[in-house]
Amino acid sequence: MKINPKTQFLILGILLLLSFIFILPSFSGVPSWWKGVLPGQKVNLGLDLRGGMYLVLEVEADKAVETTLENRAQRLKSDIADLKSTILPGMKIALTVPLEKSDLLKAKISDVKMKVVDTKIKDGQFTLIATLSEKEISEIKNNAVTQSLETIRNRIDQFGVAEPSIQRQGTDRVVVQLPGIKNPQQAINLIGRTARLEFKLVDDENMKKINPQKLVEDIVKENPKAKDDPVILNKLLAGKIPSDDEVLYQRSVDRDTGYVTKIPILLKKTPLLTGDTITDARVREDYQFHEPYVAIELNSDGAHLFAEITGEYVGKRLAIVLDNTVYSAPVIRERIPGGRAQITGNFTWDEARELAIVLRAGALPAPVKILQKWTVGPSLGEDSIHRGIWAIIVGGVLVVGFMWLYYGISGLIADLALMLNLIFMVAILAAFQATLTLPGLAGVVLTIGMAVDANIIIFERIREELRNGKTPRAAIDAGYSRAVITILDANVTTLIAALVLFQFGSGPVKGFAVTLSIGIITSMYTAIFVTRAVQEFILEKRASPQTISI
Amino acid sequence: MPLEFIKPGTLVRFLNYRKFAYLFSGTLFTISIISFFFGINFGIDFLGGTELHIKFNKPVRIHKLRKTVESLKLGDVVIQRFGEMGSNAYLVRVEKTSSKLKGGVSDVIKGALAKRFGEGSFKIIREETIGPKVGSELRKKGIEAIIFALIGILIYIAFRFEFSFAVGAVLALVHDVTITAGTMNLMHREFTLDTIAALLTIVGYSLNDTIVVFDRIRENMRKLKEKSKNLSEIMDISISETLSRTVLTSFTTLLVVLALLVLGGDIIRNFALALFIGIIIGTYSSIFVASPLVLAWENYTKKRTKKKARARA
Repeated sequence: MKINPKTQFLILGILLLLSFIFILPSFSGVPSWWKGVLPGQKVNLGLDLRGGMYLVLEVEADKAVETTLENRAQRLKSDIADLKSTILPGMKIALTVPLEKSDLLKAKISDVKMKVVDTKIKDGQFTLIATLSEKEISEIKNNAVTQSLETIRNRIDQFGVAEPSIQRQGTDRVVVQLPGIKNPQQAINLIGRTARLEFKLVDDENMKKINPQKLVEDIVKENPKAKDDPVILNKLLAGKIPSDDEVLYQRSVDRDTGYVTKIPILLKKTPLLTGDTITDARVREDYQFHEPYVAIELNSDGAHLFAEITGEYVGKRLAIVLDNTVYSAPVIRERIPGGRAQITGNFTWDEARELAIVLRAGALPAPVKILQKWTVGPSLGEDSIHRGIWAIIVGGVLVVGFMWLYYGISGLIADLALMLNLIFMVAILAAFQATLTLPGLAGVVLTIGMAVDANIIIFERIREELRNGKTPRAAIDAGYSRAVITILDANVTTLIAALVLFQFGSGPVKGFAVTLSIGIITSMYTAIFVTRAVQEFILEKRASPQTISI
Repeated sequence: MPLEFIKPGTLVRFLNYRKFAYLFSGTLFTISIISFFFGINFGIDFLGGTELHIKFNKPVRIHKLRKTVESLKLGDVVIQRFGEMGSNAYLVRVEKTSSKLKGGVSDVIKGALAKRFGEGSFKIIREETIGPKVGSELRKKGIEAIIFALIGILIYIAFRFEFSFAVGAVLALVHDVTITAGTMNLMHREFTLDTIAALLTIVGYSLNDTIVVFDRIRENMRKLKEKSKNLSEIMDISISETLSRTVLTSFTTLLVVLALLVLGGDIIRNFALALFIGIIIGTYSSIFVASPLVLAWENYTKKRTKKKARARA
C-alpha cells in the first residue's frame, strides 16, 4: 500500500479542523455567530465527574393491577350489596357472598371482565377467586410504567433540574439521572411520592361508639409493624370496625413546637372523589397564621361532583387523604360550587411546595421503590477530574519522553501521533455526545500507553528491515505494510473486549468502554496513516537518504 | 540508533523453559483458585448494601464510628479509612438496604452520626445503595461479559489463525484473568464492577501481546518451512524477534498505569492496581505460556490422529 503524503496531510488537516470545531465549545465560550451554524455541544461529563444522583426505580406494577381489581369489585358491589372482597397475592381477588347469591355473582363476573380461577363454599359463604386476563394484566402493567415515567418527568421538570435524564429500562424499571443536584433527598421525596389524593367521609357516628385510638393502641402493642403501615393495621382491625370503614392516621403539627402527632381516625373506605380531576395546585399563604397551604382547582367534572358531595353531606366531616394520611378533616358548612378546595396541614414552605408539585404533576399509578441509588457530591467529582487530568499529563510526559529517547526523530513522530490521538478522542466524545466518566478518564490514560504500541510495532519492524540491509525507503515500505496486518489483528481483539464491556456495563464502566474503543480506532489511524505520511515527507525532503533516525 | 534494550539477533530458547513456566503458572493458578474458595471480597456492586463516603471536619476514632454504626443493627458493617492520612474520610458500608424512599438506611446512619459526632461535623461525599436483586444481576452479567468476550475472541482468532492458536490464546487469557483476580483477592482488594472492567481490559491487552507473537509465528512458518525448522524452533525465533516490542509496549503501558495508580486517587486505585498486575501477568503469559500451549495442543492432536490411524491399520 502506497501513501501520498500530500493527500494524507490534506485529510489530516480537515480532520483536525473538524476536531477543533467540536472541541472549542467545551473549553471556551463561543462567539454568538457560532451558535446555530456550528455544533455547540460540550463534552458530556458523567455523574461521577460532575456530581449528581443516579436512581434506578422499580415500578410496582402489580399494585396497579390490584387497584384495577379493587375498582372492578367496587362496581360489583353496586349490584350485590353484601359482597366482600380481599386482594390475594399474585394479582388475584377473593369475592365472597352468601351462598344464595352465588349465581348472581357468577353471572355478573364476566360483566366486569374478570376471569374465574377457583371457587369455594364454606360456612354458607360462596367465595370466588378471580383475576384479569393475561392480556389486560400486561396492558395495565405497561401503562403503569409508561405513566409513572411521564409523571416522574413532570415532577422533575417542575422541580427544576438542569439536563435531567429519565429513561425506561427493561419492563418495569425507570432510570433517573439528575446531574448537579444539591438536595437529593428532596428530589427523592418528590419522585417517590405516590400522591394519591382522596376525599373520604369521616364516620363520626361510629367514632363515638368505638374508640379507634384505644383499638389501635392495643393492636400496635402486639404488632409494632402495624404502627406505620395502614394496610397491616386495617387487616388486623377487620371485624372490630364496620366492614366498609377503615382507620387512617390524621397528621397534626403543633404550631409552637413543630411536633408531629398522628391520631387514628375512622373513615368510610370508599373515596367520594379522587385527585384525578385536579387541574392546578398552588401554594398560598394563610393570612391569619402566615402559613402556607395548597389551593387546588378541579376540572368541570370534578367541580360538579365536589359540589354534589358537599351539598349532600353538609354538617359532616370530609377528610382530605393523601397517600393514606389524613391531612385535615374539616366540617362541610355548605355546598361548595366552583371546584376549589384547600389542603391545610401546618406545612412548612418546602412541604407545601413539594405537595403542590406532586398534585399538579399527577399521581403515580403504582408505588415505586428504589433498586439502586448513588449520589456523588460535586467536590468529589472535581477532585476526580483534577486527579484524572494529572495522571494523563504525567503519564503522557513519561511516554513522550521515553519514545523520543528510544526512537529519536521517529519517536517524536510517534509523540505527534499521540497528541493527535488525544485531540481526536476529545472531539469524538463531544461530537457523539458520549459520556466521559472517571473510568473513562482511565481509559484515556490507558490509550496513551497503548496508542504508542502500534508505532512501536512499526518501528521495530523498520529497524529489523534496516538490519537486513534494506535502504531507509524500502525499510519504511516493508515495515509499514507488514506491521499493518499485526496491528489490525491485535486491535480488533481488544475492540471485541471493549464492545462486550459496553454492552454489559452500566454508567461509569460504559464510559471506560467508550474511551477505550475510540482510542483504539484513533490510534490505528494515526499510526498507520499519519506517522507514515510524516516519515515519507521527511524522506522526500532529503536529497539522498542513507540513514533514518529510528 | 538512539537506544536498544534487546540486542538484535538475540535468540532465547523460551520453549525449553516451558516446564518451569507450567510449574510457575500452575502454582499461581492453583493458589488463585484456592483463594476464591476461601471467599471473595465482593464490593457493594455485587452484594448489595448501602455505602456512605463520609468526610469529617475533625479526626474521629474509627472504633467510635464503628460502634455507632453497629448499634444501628443494619447487618454486617465495614468501615475503612479512605484517602490520604489526615483527610478524615471514611467509607461506611452496611449490609441492609431499603427500597423505601424516605427514611432509608443512609438517613438512619446520617442521623446516628449527627447525634454522636454533632450536627454538621461531617459531609457525605458520595453514597450508594444497591438492592440485593440488582447485586445478583450485576454478578451474573459480569461473569457473562467475560465469557462472551472470550468466546468472541476465540472465534476471531480461529478465523484468522489456526484453531490451535485460538486454544492457546484463550487458555492464556483464562490464566491471566484468574491469576490477576486471585492476586487482587489475596491482597484483600474489593471485587467490584471496576474490577470486571479491568479484567476485560487485561483480556484485550494480553491478547494484543499474544497476537503480535502469533502473527510473527504465522509469518515465519511460511518463510522458514523450507528450512525444515520444527514448530518449537519457529516459536522461539518468533518470540525472540518480537521480544523487543513486547517489552517496550508493556513498559510504556506500565508507565501510564503507574501514573494512574499513584495520582488517580482512591476511587480509581483498585482499577489501576488490577491493570498493573494484569499487564505484568499478561506480558509473561504471551512470552512463556501462550505459545507452549499451542505446541502442546498441536502435539496432542497429532498423537491422537496417529493413534486413530494405527487403530485403523
